[in-house]
Parts: sequence; C-alpha cells; structure tokens
Amino acid sequence: MTEKRTSENHQYKLVRCRINGAERETMVDVRASLTDMLRNDYSLTSVKKGCEVGECGACNVLIDGECFNSCIYLAVWADGKDILTLEGLMGPDGKLSDIQQAFIDEAAVQCGFCTPGVIMSAVEILENAEKTGREYTRGELRKLLSGHLCRCTGYENILNAVEKTMKKRLAKKAGK
Amino acid sequence: MYDIKALYEAQSVADAIRLLREHPRAQIIAGGSDVLVQIREGKRAGVELVSIFSLDELRGVNLEEDGTLRIGSLTSFSHITKDPLIQKYINVLGEAVDQVGGPQIRNIGTIGGNTCNGVTSADSASTLFAWDAVIELTGPEGVRKIPIKDFYIRAGKVDLHPSEIQTGILIRRESYEGYAGHYIKYAMRNAMDIATLGCSINVKLSDDKKKFVDIRIAYGVAGPVPMRAVHAEAYGKGLPVSGETIRKIGDTVSEDIMPRDSWRASRAFREHISKVLCQRALTEAVRRAGGTVPDDLSGEMGGAAL
Amino acid sequence: MGKREEELRGESGREHVIGKSVNRVDAYEKVTGRAKYTDDLCGRSSYVAKVLHSTIAHGYVKSVDTSEAEKIPGVVKIVTCFDVPENYFPTAGHPWSTQEAHQDVADRLLLTRHVRYYGDDVAAVVAEDDVAASRALRALRVEYEELPFVLDVHKAMEDEAPQLHEKYPNNILAHTSIRNGDYENAIKEPGLTKVEGWYQTPTVQHCHIENPVCYAYMEQGRIVVVTSTQLPHICRRVVGQALGIPWGQVRVIKPYIGGGFGNKQDILYEPLCAYLCTQVGGRTVKLDTSREETFVSTRVRHAIHFHIISYVRPDGTYAARKFESWSDQGAYASHGHSIAAKGMGCFPQLYPCSNIEADTYTVFTNKSVSGAMRGYGIPQAMFAVESHTEDVARAMGMDSYEFRMKNVIPKGFRDGFSKNVNYYDSIRECMEKGKREFDYERRRREYAHQTGPIRRGVGMAVFWYNTGVWPISLETSACRMVLNQDGSIQVQVGETEIGQGADTVFAQMAAETLGIPFESVHVVSSQDTDVTPFGTGAYASRQTYMAGFSICQTAELLKEKILETAHDLTGQIKENIDIVNGNIVRITDGNHLMTLGELATEKLYSLTDNGHLTAEKSCQIKTNAYSFGCTFAEVEVDIPGCRVQVTDLLNVHDCGKLINPALARAQVHGGMSMAIGYALSEKLLFDEKTGRPLNDNLLDYKLCTAMDHPDLKTSFIENYEPTSAYGTKALGEPPVCSPAPAIRNAVLQATGTALNEIPMRPHLLFEEFKKAGLI
Repeated sequence: MTEKRTSENHQYKLVRCRINGAERETMVDVRASLTDMLRNDYSLTSVKKGCEVGECGACNVLIDGECFNSCIYLAVWADGKDILTLEGLMGPDGKLSDIQQAFIDEAAVQCGFCTPGVIMSAVEILENAEKTGREYTRGELRKLLSGHLCRCTGYENILNAVEKTMKKRLAKKAGK
Repeated sequence: MYDIKALYEAQSVADAIRLLREHPRAQIIAGGSDVLVQIREGKRAGVELVSIFSLDELRGVNLEEDGTLRIGSLTSFSHITKDPLIQKYINVLGEAVDQVGGPQIRNIGTIGGNTCNGVTSADSASTLFAWDAVIELTGPEGVRKIPIKDFYIRAGKVDLHPSEIQTGILIRRESYEGYAGHYIKYAMRNAMDIATLGCSINVKLSDDKKKFVDIRIAYGVAGPVPMRAVHAEAYGKGLPVSGETIRKIGDTVSEDIMPRDSWRASRAFREHISKVLCQRALTEAVRRAGGTVPDDLSGEMGGAAL
Repeated sequence: MGKREEELRGESGREHVIGKSVNRVDAYEKVTGRAKYTDDLCGRSSYVAKVLHSTIAHGYVKSVDTSEAEKIPGVVKIVTCFDVPENYFPTAGHPWSTQEAHQDVADRLLLTRHVRYYGDDVAAVVAEDDVAASRALRALRVEYEELPFVLDVHKAMEDEAPQLHEKYPNNILAHTSIRNGDYENAIKEPGLTKVEGWYQTPTVQHCHIENPVCYAYMEQGRIVVVTSTQLPHICRRVVGQALGIPWGQVRVIKPYIGGGFGNKQDILYEPLCAYLCTQVGGRTVKLDTSREETFVSTRVRHAIHFHIISYVRPDGTYAARKFESWSDQGAYASHGHSIAAKGMGCFPQLYPCSNIEADTYTVFTNKSVSGAMRGYGIPQAMFAVESHTEDVARAMGMDSYEFRMKNVIPKGFRDGFSKNVNYYDSIRECMEKGKREFDYERRRREYAHQTGPIRRGVGMAVFWYNTGVWPISLETSACRMVLNQDGSIQVQVGETEIGQGADTVFAQMAAETLGIPFESVHVVSSQDTDVTPFGTGAYASRQTYMAGFSICQTAELLKEKILETAHDLTGQIKENIDIVNGNIVRITDGNHLMTLGELATEKLYSLTDNGHLTAEKSCQIKTNAYSFGCTFAEVEVDIPGCRVQVTDLLNVHDCGKLINPALARAQVHGGMSMAIGYALSEKLLFDEKTGRPLNDNLLDYKLCTAMDHPDLKTSFIENYEPTSAYGTKALGEPPVCSPAPAIRNAVLQATGTALNEIPMRPHLLFEEFKKAGLI
C-alpha cells in the first residue's frame, strides 16, 4: 500500500527517491513540503527555512539537476526524483568539494544561514558551465544567484567564490 | 506543513479531468508557487487539490505541421527560455519569462499557472498578448481554443470551466512570422520582483524597413488584466519608422491604459512609465526587426535597457 | 609606538596570527551543513506555539472567544491576554542597571489587552503541529474596542492625539537637548549664510535570513530556553523578569544564529515561549516566528525626521548650528531614546562648532516597535548631516570635499562626555585615500555638466561612530580558558558569534597572547548561561574591542600559570622562558625545553604537584573608541525611468588594527549592501487608513539581490587604537553609516536634484523630477 489515511483522516503516501546518492523511501504526510520531509524525516538540516514562500532561497536543493526552493515543493512530488542537498556534496572520504572549499577560502560565509542554498545554486551553475564550456560573466553570475537573499555578505565574496571555482574548472577542462 | 484536506495526483490529462469532476471543490495545483503560498496565507487553507504536476505530457515546446508553436502548459519558465524553438521564433517570450522572480522560481513556475491565476503582472502574459496567443483548454467536453484576450475575464478570473484544465498555449505562424519584439519589465529591483509595469511590443516592418506594417503593444499592470493598447497600435500602423512616430505612439498609449493607484505605485507614475516603456520597447523592437530610427529618441528618452 | 603595537607589527621577531586572514573557525561546519541552528536542534515531537496578532492599530481587547479553536484536533493550550501574569518587563538588550533611573522602560506584557499597533500580541496557541496551531489562530474570535490611532510622529505630539502610554504625555518617550555656546547670539554675526534642510529616513527591517526562533522546556524545575539571540545572559534576566521568577531559574542556550543585526538584541518571544512551556507541564514548546511576523512584530529601525540649520561664514566655517530630530518609536519603548540620542550626540562632534542648539524627541506611534539596528541612529543621522553638508557646500559655492576637509573633526578632538579622543586625523586620512582610489576628482570633473536622460554623478559622505556603550552603560567582558593535555585550549566568552566572525578573531587574539598556534585554540561557539562566563552579548560594535580585554587578561593569566609550571618542571627562572608556537622556550638562547602538551600532561597527572591549568578573568571597560571613515559613490540615473543604479561604491574605514583583514572586508561588504537598500529601495509601509503593514514579506520589501549591486570596494587605514587591547575598534556597524548620503550626493551631482528623503525609490524620483522639470 502506498497510500493510507490515519484516524484523523490525514493522508500519507510512500515517497521513494534518491537522496544524496542513496535510494530512500518513507511514508510522507501529503501536506508536507519537501523542506519538511528533508529536515524532519531525513534530518538534512542544511535545508533552511527563511520565508517558506520561495522568496529567500535558503531551502534550495537540486532536484534532477535543477534548483528548487523546497519550501514550495510538495514532498510527494519528490517520488522518483534525484535530490541533492548540501550534505551530499562532501566526498566519501570527507573531502570537501571545490565550491565548498572556495566558500571557506574566499570568506564567503558569515552567519551561514543562506550558505547551503547558495552553494546548491552554485553547484548547478558550475555544472552548466562545465557542460557547455561557457564562462559566465560577473553580471550573468549575479543573475544566476539572484534567487538567494543574503544580508551578511553583500554577495561580494560569494560571487568571488563561484567565479574562481568556475574558472578553475574550465581551465582544468581545457587542459585535459 | 500545508493545510491541505486531500491531494489527488492525476496520472494523465483525462485522469485530471476525472478527478476534478469527482471532486468539484478541488483546485488545480501545477507548480505550486502560487497555490501553496496562498494556502499558507490561509486563503485556501483546508483545500482539496488535484495535482497535475507529474503530467509530463504537458511539458515542452513543439512546432506543429501548420507552423503553430505549441507550448505545453506545464513547461517551466526556465525550459521555455532554453528551448531552441522559442529562441528561434519568439525569443522575446523566453526573455520575458527569464525575468520572473529568480532562478529557482523559474524552474518551478509554469506558463500555464502564470496565465491561469489571472494576474495582470505575470511576465509571460503581456508577451503572450503581444503574440496573439491562443489558449488551449481541455475538459469533459473536449478541447476548446480561445484567444488569450478572451481568456482573461477580470482580475484573478480566467475563462476556465469546471473540470477543465489549460493544456497548451499556441502561437500561430501568422502571429510570429515576420515579427520582432521586445519586452521591458519595470520593477523596483532587478530580480525577485513582480512587475510594477510590463510592456511587450512586436512589430512587423515593410520590406524596406521604413514603415510600420503592424504593431502590437501589450501591457501588464496597466489595467486589471493584461491588455493591448489598441488605439496606439492603430495610430502607428502604416506610419514611417521615426522617432516622431514612436513618440506619438507612446503618447497615444494613455488612451488605452487604465492603471490604478495603489501603495505599490500611483496611477500617474504608471502612466508616465507606460509611455517611457512603450517608446523604449518600440525602438528596440524596430532595431531587432532590422530597422533603424532616423531621429532616435535615445537622447531624449534613454535607451532600451532599463 | 607602544610595546604591544610593536609586537603586533612583527618587529619583535615572533610569528603573528593577528593581522592574518585565517579562515573562519566555523566555516567548515557552515559549508557542510553541519552547523546547527536553533530549529535544527529542536526535537520533532515538540509542541508548536503561534501568536495571534491584533488586526487593529489601537484599542482594547474586550474578549477572546476560544471555543471553536479549542475543538480543533491537536490544539493543546490556548492562552489569551486575560490569562497572563501582570509582570511588566523591558525588552531592550541593554545591560541591566541597579539604579532605577537607568533601567529600560518596562512596558511589555507577555500578551496585551491594550493593543497599540497592528500586529500586537493578543493570544497564543500551543498545538501538536503547525497546521493545528494555524487553524486554531484562524478560529479565535477577538472582540475589540477600537480607539483612534496615530502613525505620524508630529501628529502624535499634538495635544488631541491618541495616547499610547499613560506615563508619557503627548506620546513623548523622551526629549533631550544639547546647548553649546550661544546659538541665538551667534546667528546675529554679520555676513552669515543660512542653510536649512529637512531630511527623512524610513522604517526598515533587519531581514536576517533566519527568523527569530526559540524553544523552551523544563529540566529539574528550571526553564531552559534555546534561542536565536545575540545576548543569552540578558535574555535570561528578561525571561526571569517577565515570568516573575528568580533569574537563576532560567537557563538560556544560544547555538549558531542566522544573523541578528540588532533585532535579536531585543528579547522578542523568548519570555512568551518560556511561559507557554510552563503552561503545558514543561513540555518542549517551539515558537518559530514567520517572516511576516519578523517584519511586523519583532523590531524595526527608527524612522527619523530631521531639521538642520547652519549659519556659515564666508570663509566656509560654521558660526552656529541647530539640529532637531523626531524619532518614530512605534508602539513600545524597547531601546527607547538611546537611538535618537546617539544620532544627536554625534552632531557637535563630527563638525565641531562653538554654538550649537540640538533637540531630539522620541515619540510613540501606533506602528511596529523600533529597536536596535546596525548603526543605532547613526545611518539616520548621517543621511541628514551629510546631505546637509553637501547642501551647505553648494550654497557656499565650495567644493564639498574641500568643505569637509576644512570642517571635519580635527586630530586631537576630545569629547567631554565620553572622553573619546580622535588620536589620529582619521577622517581626513580616509577621505584622501578614498579620493585617490576612487579617482574621485577626475570623475567629479567629468560628470560636472551632465545632460540627457541617462546621467552619471559621484558623491561622498563621511561618518562618525564609536565602539561600545561606555559611559552610557556598563561595559564588561569575561573570559575562561582551559588548557588541554595536548597544549590546546578551550576559550569561552560572553560575547557572541552572530555571523560577524567574532569566534575567529577571539581565537586569533588568544593564540597571539598565549603564543600557541591558531589551530590550538578551540572557541566554544555556543553560549549557555549555565556554563559561559557572564557577558552582555553582541551589540553596538563592541565584540572585538571589549572581548579583547578579557581575552588578553585571561591569556596573560593562563600564561603566567603555565610559566610557573614550566619553572617548576624545568628549573629555569620565569623571566628566561616564554611560550613560542606552543613550546616552552628559553628565550636567552632559543632552546626548546618542552612542548606545552608535555607540560599540561605532566601537570594534570602529577602525583606530587597536580593541577588543572585554567584561567578566568572578568573586567570592566571604562574606555570607548571612535571609529571613522567615509564612502565614495558613483550612480547612473535614468531620468525618464525614474531609477538610480549604484555603479561604483567604495568604503574607507579606520577601525584600528585589522585582526583579520578578509573578515573585515566581508563585514564591510555586508554593511554596504544593507546601506544600498537603505538608500534606494527599502521601506516598510503602513496603510494610512488602518495602520496595517503593507509589505511584510521579502517580495514586497525590497532588500538588495545580487543584481542590485555593483562590486563593493573596501579600503582601510590601520591607525593603532591606543585604548584597545589589540589596537582594534568598531567595524560591525560603521559600514552601513555613510553610503546612503554618498549615493544621495551622487544623484545630486548627476541631476541637480537634492533628494532629502530615503529610500530614493522611483516613486520619489518621479515626484521630484517632475518638480524639477526634468520629466
């Protein structure tokens, strides 16, 4: 049975999906947002709540390679999807990904609350840059990151971190 | 968690229609970026929902045999912008929806949802008006197609019958062939904003690029629903391409529009900006159509970028 | 050059960690998603509390009908304004004063029958989940007796205006004045030019991305509150006051917090959450503020209206000056008059003048409550003062840069009240550096005669700031250090990490003074009032300066103990040994005697002379320090489009010695970003007819996105602050103080239009450009 109702008539559904590389399944209250599911059922607390209406970007995760604000995405829609949160970026040996390291090196982190969402957007941006071989301009990066509100950094060092990582990856790709 | 009484997930268009008939009080949820926000506000709390989110048959852009561009209603803004057919034939629509919210919103927001919520500020709507788009609706009685201007009834209300869903948006060949256009969104910041005013213009120039053969001027937020500036269009048709013509078309816009006073912006301000946007978008549309404006207004009105 | 300065400059041959851009101590946790914030720590089975806010701006609650709400499944407890104890409490995050006259105004109850703004707290619901709690809120029926309300400060001061608080006639919370010299007589001097201006700043909100959130539970008869606060020890005191229980009955824990900017320098919903917890048998209750509540029902920045008159001699010096301001307090006292008073206090100092008359009023209105926000009255005052300075220079036909050079606070200036001394010619040095780096003169010339629809202009402004709150309030800091077996240490202070990087610079200071590697310092980031030494928390721009003293003293004390132990173990006299890079070294020949780890292990497990090496010091700080700087701005103005874009922005600061240059730059970026929003787009709006806030969300309230900025440029002058333990002083708030007037002055150069109100939104530009005949 993939659907059931409790005594209070709450409706549940079995949601099977891949989260940070692992196949997972759990019964989910159909009223839950994807943020609720990731935080409450899988303890992936990098997924932050800042506005719950898709305006701040703190809950941003990758679904099938594209960025979504998980607060306005129903958990049941995640069925069959491939989801990546910040917790999934680190390598199995504990090695940080290049973009995580760049956020540290460029002092792009302050209070850290917007950071997980921003890094996940950066992951999509960098993968697109690598795939297409396209070097985004500073202005284009601003637009690609404009779905995140940050009150600490003025976006300056965030842009530096993303830009430098992009250039490194493109140089590495060109060198091969 | 959202205060949802029940969620029914449609497996196909036919299934969605069946579910809507079985649950007459249920509302449709597509991408959810508007519906879920309203549930949270309490406006639709305790709602029954029919989710059409997983209907992949409603995603994507096709060119039909007769040259009609068909945009599936669930196609997300970002996919519209990236679509090669859109880029080739009606790139201005891709540019317009590339100005909705921010990247994540453009990944979840659908063009069907954007038009079905009947909001005048929708970035897609004015451009669809300018392309003379046709709305395809599928219901228990089959498919009906209506011009977009008839789809909008009043603010927040569109011509969607009970148990009917919007399945596609069509742009006919005669609507786009030979036209070039430009959309300008006027907002208070450069991202994550709704339009204070939106102006989308298409033009068709004579072969020698000296005359306006056709002009379509569409606005969002210049009235309760998206609209065309019919007087201004009529005025300009057949006139020579010139700064003088463009200025006068812009001046004529005030006969068509009826913006309102609100805390977001005053009527007088919106009227002023309507004129400015018309002149700038028109100048850019002419340029894109291969024309030049002999007595360019940019020294007086500024360039196309805002 | 002093001894410590010499040392820090690296002239004593030691390796230094102060002045180095080491990575943040918490960066790894934050880029991996492991840093736990309040909501991340709260158990999933906790109850959820939600607050019912008033839907009128002023009046009395006659009744609350809870009958329908109580029937909703999952509702556990409903508490209304008729149920809560009558313990009036203050909310400002100021140090407590044992002198009644200096205590903050205690005008809050947990829930109120007398509703004073749209969004006031009327009732609260505790439920098993958020859906049940929201349903219950919608089912509560409140009957009000409505009263007239007032939103404007000047109208609120009229005799017939609605009164918000009995004790404050004409709604005036406070009025203070400065009288220097003889203004009335001085203005009679022949040949003076009078320049007069009115300036208005808006109500804005902090918009930290983490909303205020807390949860409370009872343990061994005490209440534990875990909360996103800037000041856990103050929070403990206020919870105790609000609940009428001994302060020791409350324990407050502060984990990582997602920004504060002064909003979390007020005690917000912690007392209510703690109270609700006591009403459900001590079970865990979480009170998570929504974004809308954060905008309306937490705190905002004071909107201030200014009036400035200057009488100027033909040589461009000031003969006499008058300053008046009216600060919009909103419905409750919170930080009260301190903000307006600070704004006025800088007026006689920034451009000294012998004859000054200044008055400032803080006035209650039926609006959201104003409290502390980054800059604490100075961004407002600088907008008025530096706009006015520009206007004065223009009126005198003088270059405004040169006019400032002529009049701005001189080297050696000493403020009589605070005893602050301008030890260097800081502002002039910053101005000169900025002028050079910004290529200001060339651009100023180039843009001097702009025409056409799209125009450019440059402008500048300076700012005045100081570091802490002495001598207005207590300044104190306490620190504890504990030596581990491996020679590493734990450091605890009452000053809190709120995103600014405090923990990192604390670790740098401790490592520097002790002579151990930076990596050997473990800062305990979370504060817990049961464990952490007493401290008043993160506010003003005090963290680095104030904590520096206790860290320095504690490290010296620990070092003393370590060297004594080293003497016992090695037989070398103390004067000949030191700790260098984590080793005990004989300095006479550089001989490495033992590692600090060997020493610590030997001492901890010694069967003859056992001991755990720890140190703790608490110190009162009776100094304060000026922190000055300036901003240079370039704008592009689209006149028909009624829009301003900042195309270039540079902040120059003298905040003394930079402990960590990379973090300092980052701190300045954030302030500049906030200031661009302040200048151009941010304003919390209230409906004139109802008092209802109109744009209480992140879509309608326009803080800057990444697309609303140019790249942000920063520059520093490092004049070693002589009163400081490490030569450093304020940088947290200063960056937000001068960009708005600099941008305004750039718009003035571009268009000839002097805008005396912020934000310079299209709405305002449309009206002003029309008046000026530009459109």
